[in-house]
Amino acid sequence: MGRVWSLFHKFASPKWFYEISGKLLPWFVAMTGLVLCTGVVWGLAYAPPDYQQGNAFRIMYIHVPASILAESSYMMMALAGAVGLIWKIKLADLALKTAAPLGASLTFLSIATGAIWGKPIWGTWWVWDARLTSMLVLLFLFVGVIALRSAMENKEAAGKACAILALVGLVNIPIIKMSVEWWFTLHQPSSFKLTEKPAMPPEMWIPLLIMVVGYYSAFATAWMMRIRVEILEQENRTQWVRDRVRTA
Amino acid sequence: MHNIFFATVRRDLKIAYRNSSDLLNPLAFFFIVVTLFPLGISPSPQVLSGLAPGVLWVAALLATLLSVDGLFKSDYEDGSLEQILISPQPLFMVVLGKVVGHWLVTGFPLTLLTPVLAVMLFLPVDGIIALELTLLIGTPILSLIGAIGAGLTVGLKRGGLLISVLILPLYVPVLILGTLAVQAGVDGQSFAGHLLWMGSLLVMGLGLAPLATAAGLRISASS
Amino acid sequence: MSFDSFSAFLAMGGHGLYVWSAYAVTLVVFAFNAIKPVLMHKRFLQQHKQLQRRELARENTAQ
Repeated sequence: MGRVWSLFHKFASPKWFYEISGKLLPWFVAMTGLVLCTGVVWGLAYAPPDYQQGNAFRIMYIHVPASILAESSYMMMALAGAVGLIWKIKLADLALKTAAPLGASLTFLSIATGAIWGKPIWGTWWVWDARLTSMLVLLFLFVGVIALRSAMENKEAAGKACAILALVGLVNIPIIKMSVEWWFTLHQPSSFKLTEKPAMPPEMWIPLLIMVVGYYSAFATAWMMRIRVEILEQENRTQWVRDRVRTA
Repeated sequence: MHNIFFATVRRDLKIAYRNSSDLLNPLAFFFIVVTLFPLGISPSPQVLSGLAPGVLWVAALLATLLSVDGLFKSDYEDGSLEQILISPQPLFMVVLGKVVGHWLVTGFPLTLLTPVLAVMLFLPVDGIIALELTLLIGTPILSLIGAIGAGLTVGLKRGGLLISVLILPLYVPVLILGTLAVQAGVDGQSFAGHLLWMGSLLVMGLGLAPLATAAGLRISASS
Repeated sequence: MSFDSFSAFLAMGGHGLYVWSAYAVTLVVFAFNAIKPVLMHKRFLQQHKQLQRRELARENTAQ
């Protein structure tokens, strides 16, 4: 247990994390590029067209992973907030800080690509559908966390306040989703029905799986790049950062 | 434990009674916002009765939100919040007392005023009953969630718009449940399920929201 | 390959505008997320290099 604990604290030390992430980063960049390129080429050029939607379904390969990542990035953000509050780890606060804008951008992507996909398929950019509406609320939750941080001058207090807000949001997300789904089933518009699609053949869902992996990897890469700068900002008075600045 | 709760409620009620604008402004706001809808959309009874559940709920939500901003402000400014924080009294109970006090001067009178506005918007009687019941359970939830935002932003100079951005998304489930219940009442269906859901949200809010608010207050006061 | 020609690939069976604009939006957001930290890093180095130079100059004049 003692060993695990010391490992935990070592991992949470900004300097150690900066060094190890610096070594990992090139690998992550390479992997992200490779996986995303494979997924995009396969999805755009080689996957067979959908028998109902034709080629418009190819938007799925960028839309579905964005939606998955948007939700998991909120979870990661709230989790980082909890870790920061409980164990008072500075790195966790930075993790929350960097996850928020990335998560917001993925939520935006999910909504934007969903709207573009909706136009040829449903005939309209926007539908007040349960999933779209929950995504919109998720975007608002991300915006709230970002707005709270930018409004508070004291950095340490801002980190804790954002952690609390993120956790409150996390508790609310299942309630919001449930209520939105209930609202949708009772207001169900007659013209648009998102019925279950028939099972996809493997040559359609394998590229999707690749894209999901690629998005996760891209998120990890972007998150690492950002948190490294945040670490430098936070530790700018320490000797190791000063040395780095001098030799850079 | 209980004493501090009741003492807080009594104190806040006394302050609100002395400073009657605290009591009247949310109600006036509520009334004016509801009045804007017939002016802005249409005076026709058919249109208004369809809009009424949503309009009344959104207006109630905004009235609570705007008044909750000042929940801890005066205590923060005159230093009594710090006294509360360092005192051995459980902060949870103090926060709960403040929330109940807030509900008694905004949410509760607002619920009492609503039937008048509902009649002006041509909401059928069955809908009014559902509206009253949901507001009675729902407005305390609004106060509880609003208190979290108020606690997090109390130290900030311009918290007004920020608190709306933080809190309004969290109001979505209450709004949905409330308007659906009223709609069910208008259609002559049972809305007991909605009330039960709202009740469980209230119980959850009573247990969790003061915790988050207390944590937020400690952070705001320490910075 | 599920397309006969490059122009068919671009046309996406008539849905080309939608498919390509969705991919373009995604590319823009990904590029933003990749470039932003690089710019932040650059600005940090610039600022702190300048700061260190100034500190050094101050120490030299003090001596």
